[in-house]
Amino acid sequence: MNLAETISLILIIIGVLFNLFGAIGLVRLPDVYNRLQSATKCVTLGTCSILLSLLIRFGFIDIGVKALIAIPILFFASTVGAHALARGAYKNGIELGGKSVKDDYKEVES
Amino acid sequence: MRYVALFIILLLFWLLITFSLTIENVIVGAVAALLTTALFGKFFRHNLIKFLQPQRYFWALVYLFVFTWECVKANFDVAYRVIHPAMPIKPGIVRVKLNLKTEIGKTILANSITMTPGTISVDLIDDELYVHWIYVSSMDPEVYSQKIAGRFENYIKKIFE
Amino acid sequence: MSDWLQILLYIQIGLVVFCLIRVIKGPTVADRMVGIDIFGVLVVGICAILAIQTGKTFIIDIGIAWIILSFIGTLTLAKYLSGKNLNE
Repeated sequence: MNLAETISLILIIIGVLFNLFGAIGLVRLPDVYNRLQSATKCVTLGTCSILLSLLIRFGFIDIGVKALIAIPILFFASTVGAHALARGAYKNGIELGGKSVKDDYKEVES
Repeated sequence: MRYVALFIILLLFWLLITFSLTIENVIVGAVAALLTTALFGKFFRHNLIKFLQPQRYFWALVYLFVFTWECVKANFDVAYRVIHPAMPIKPGIVRVKLNLKTEIGKTILANSITMTPGTISVDLIDDELYVHWIYVSSMDPEVYSQKIAGRFENYIKKIFE
Repeated sequence: MSDWLQILLYIQIGLVVFCLIRVIKGPTVADRMVGIDIFGVLVVGICAILAIQTGKTFIIDIGIAWIILSFIGTLTLAKYLSGKNLNE
């Protein structure tokens, strides 16, 4: 097992761990917006880490470069998707959860 | 001129994504890029002079590193809140005032805010960004504007304006 | 190396179960959509680990196509959600 393989294995382990945290958050947290927080951030960074490990494992040949291009696509898709889901959920009339302390957006809606 | 720039960017993207330089592949890519340019070219409103100024690329590189660091920190923060048994969250939606002028700058800033500690941008109305925050640590608009947007605004101003 | 990859692949596939729990339980439509969205991203991770195991390039192409399709699906559903009240 050489150096590149070791680094890529470590990156995959980190990525799967972050995916695990994101999935646990998806089940545990109380309302839609908080679930979106944990899910989007942790799962996106975990998957980016797995894709980066592909680049380190194979170097700059076709498979590595494709993985590198997938990272910005995944990044923009996930952020814009999260934003659209949050806005759609609010427009749909889903209230913030019971623990919330502040809501500035309500004035705009009414 | 603008259409030509968009065509070249799209063709380069196609060649990177398929990663082969055979003549058939280039022809298919050129046709696809031409179609896309004809349909969506009018939405591409970027000032072309800005593509040719090297200091913007330098600041984009610096911003990439700053952003990656913030992003990793954000993930540890959220992971801590998720696996802590008592779940220390205090969510709320706050209003943040932006100092940026261009549309692309606002878009990038909103995307960056979505990826950093416990914040998701919900809506953008004129100059005000509505942000869902997982732990509202202060009620003062000055303090949390600085905390949420202030870190990135200077870099984005140097890159896009 | 390959044993480790096999275990990690199984863990990554097992995470999909969490998403499905959220899709089945979710009290509102938006909760279910968050589950579907995250399901798409996890599948890309599965594709990447499979690609590193087999060394075949086309699996990454499947991953990229999956990201884009899941993105379009999420945007469409979010648009529909903001237009009408689906809860009633």
